Amino acid sequence: MKSFSLLSRRAGAAFLTPAGLLIGAFVIAPFFWVIYVSFTNRTLLGRTALDPEFVGFANYISLFEAGSFLTRGEFGTSLILTIQFVLLSALAGQAALGMLLAWMLQSVPKTLKRLTEMVVIAAWILPEVVIAFAWFAFLDYDNGTLNMIMDALGLPRGDWLLSFPFWVIVVFNTWRGTAFSMMLFNSAFSSIPPSYFQAADVAGASSWQKFRDIGLPLIRGHVVTDLILITMWTFNVFTPFLLTKGGPSYRTEILSIYTYRVAFRDFEFGKGAAVGVVIMLINLAFALFYLWVTRKRARGVAA
Amino acid sequence: MRIRSHALWMSLAAATALATPAMAADLTITCRCVVDGVNSEQAKWIKESVIPAFTKMKADAGEEVNVTFTEFAGSDEQLTQQLALDFSTGAGPDIAGFDGFLIPSFVEGGLLKPLEDLAGDAVTGWDGWSHISDGAKALMSYQGKPYGIALGTDVRMIFVRADLLRDAGIDPETWQPASWEELLDTARTLKEKNPDTFPLQLNAGVPMGEATTMQGYWMALLGMGEEVTDDQGRYIVASQGILDTLNLYKTIYVDEKLGDQRAQLLGDGRNRTFANFRDGTTAMLVEGDWFWRSVTAPGSEFAVENRDEVMSWAKMPAKEPGKGIRGQDFVTVSGGTGFVLNPNTDEPELAWELLAFMNGQEQLTEFQKFQPRIRIRDDVDIPEAPFLKETSEVLLPLTTARPNDANYNAVSAEIQRMTEAVVSGELSPEDAMKRYGEAVTKIVGEENTVSLL
Repeated sequence: MKSFSLLSRRAGAAFLTPAGLLIGAFVIAPFFWVIYVSFTNRTLLGRTALDPEFVGFANYISLFEAGSFLTRGEFGTSLILTIQFVLLSALAGQAALGMLLAWMLQSVPKTLKRLTEMVVIAAWILPEVVIAFAWFAFLDYDNGTLNMIMDALGLPRGDWLLSFPFWVIVVFNTWRGTAFSMMLFNSAFSSIPPSYFQAADVAGASSWQKFRDIGLPLIRGHVVTDLILITMWTFNVFTPFLLTKGGPSYRTEILSIYTYRVAFRDFEFGKGAAVGVVIMLINLAFALFYLWVTRKRARGVAA
Repeated sequence: MRIRSHALWMSLAAATALATPAMAADLTITCRCVVDGVNSEQAKWIKESVIPAFTKMKADAGEEVNVTFTEFAGSDEQLTQQLALDFSTGAGPDIAGFDGFLIPSFVEGGLLKPLEDLAGDAVTGWDGWSHISDGAKALMSYQGKPYGIALGTDVRMIFVRADLLRDAGIDPETWQPASWEELLDTARTLKEKNPDTFPLQLNAGVPMGEATTMQGYWMALLGMGEEVTDDQGRYIVASQGILDTLNLYKTIYVDEKLGDQRAQLLGDGRNRTFANFRDGTTAMLVEGDWFWRSVTAPGSEFAVENRDEVMSWAKMPAKEPGKGIRGQDFVTVSGGTGFVLNPNTDEPELAWELLAFMNGQEQLTEFQKFQPRIRIRDDVDIPEAPFLKETSEVLLPLTTARPNDANYNAVSAEIQRMTEAVVSGELSPEDAMKRYGEAVTKIVGEENTVSLL
């Protein structure tokens, strides 16, 4: 294959240099710095701030220490909490709900479709602080909208943020992120030639049969993309902090919040960096899996 | 022609850029204070008195100084976090509001410098020192060197809603519990009268930060004759005092629901306890005198109506008479907040000048108009405020201070976690103490801990 270029190699390199330097300074250097710090007992305050010692794998070992691994507020519970959070809010919540909405939108009048899209997307694009504030107002025990609704229906009031903090952030994240899945699936469904469905209609297929036998198989690739992306995003999401600050009693302290607490509230940079590295490795696994799947798909399309 | 005008503009711009620092100096000052918000009186004092007077003084001397005041509206912990990160990166205000107990951990971390190192002879020669007692100087010092100047010290007590006690048939004039049991009994009586209320509040939990440790945990622990460290400075990781303190929390919040558990666990918990007191849901609240000076002061968010009639106070009793620290019947603990200089300031001399000016006789006397308080200078009159006179006379002789130790800040965070685990019902007092002991040992090292059990 003959290569084609607008610029000479040298000019190209010159143009890339500023960007390369920036990436080097702000992405690559911190990356290695974090790895280095994770092997020290560096803190921000106190004696270990000025002369941190090299502690080898001690930070990593303390994360996976059997005795405290499953204590609330330690790495282990945070990890398990995060996995539950991803399964419930990303996979069962965002993906399934997004799929349902997208499928239903295929057969409704245009105006209703537009309207639904608008509402769902609004939940996605509004600034997070605004959203968190709105949810606070919705869930507040004394004057919250939800409890007012419960009162009106004659149901018992709930102390949502205190009694069901985990479910609050699950519902919150589902609500917040469904838009992406919905849009992705929506465009995927729209790309299927209408004639397929028309033929199925003639044969008297139900909506479920059309979904199972035509819709889903044809967008399988999009489903995989969607699942991997939202899994990664949900795994790293920090927004629940705005609602619960990780509490009460660490019951909503997912890994991102745990890292923040250890590094920037307890100021234990060494341990925080170790958590950061572990999270990076997990993300790397997700990313490699994602690349592997997309490459497989690309090859499949080419064939 | 064109080129010449271009050059003219360029040189003008360059001249301005170079000349500005020489002509006008900039200073920034921050505290956790907001006009009409938290610590409103302090914010007003800085804004309306300190800054205008200081800039005028400098202007009269032919110097132009711009002082920028940033009102920080977040929590104490958020300000600590902000300052720690700012100071470590060379950023931050030149003068910052600061809680004295944080000084050791900041100093050990290299985030603060002694005043003398920053501004030299101007500091050692300041005439104000002769009006400040050594004890008051120590509030913002570490290893004998001052890092800032405290605005004053404080004491802790039980704030009482006299009207609620009267309703329950208790005479607030004479009410003074002599033991924890008597305190709890009063709470039980009040709870019986109004089952929907939470008569007693003793701070616990993570969201309240240092308020949990100071206003809650210390106040109970001292009543068992113990402190967080022993007399050799070793951290106590297991003791009867810790257990009894945690059991007191358990009685109040879990077993008998005498206190508002939600207020201790929710993010904005402290404000909730203030609101509860204002609204009469809480009749007895253990807090520092800041609660009187600022929180319930007329015009603030949690102002108590007819404060002089409905609000009174009592001493915090030891678990049993004579069982408190140094064999006392009653206990309290003091801290001090003030202002420190940023070690990275570009204008150390000028920043010190402003700090000294703030703590001069004239400005502190001015401060009394915004917020009457016992000042650290002996040449500043104490205004006619019976509450301050009474509490300081009664409580200052009983008081204790937190350890002046770089690890205290981190240990305090573990105390907050330990109390939260008990108050939320997640752990038993025994298990919570065990976890606390492990965490503290990790922080300070095995050799600096001791078990009294």
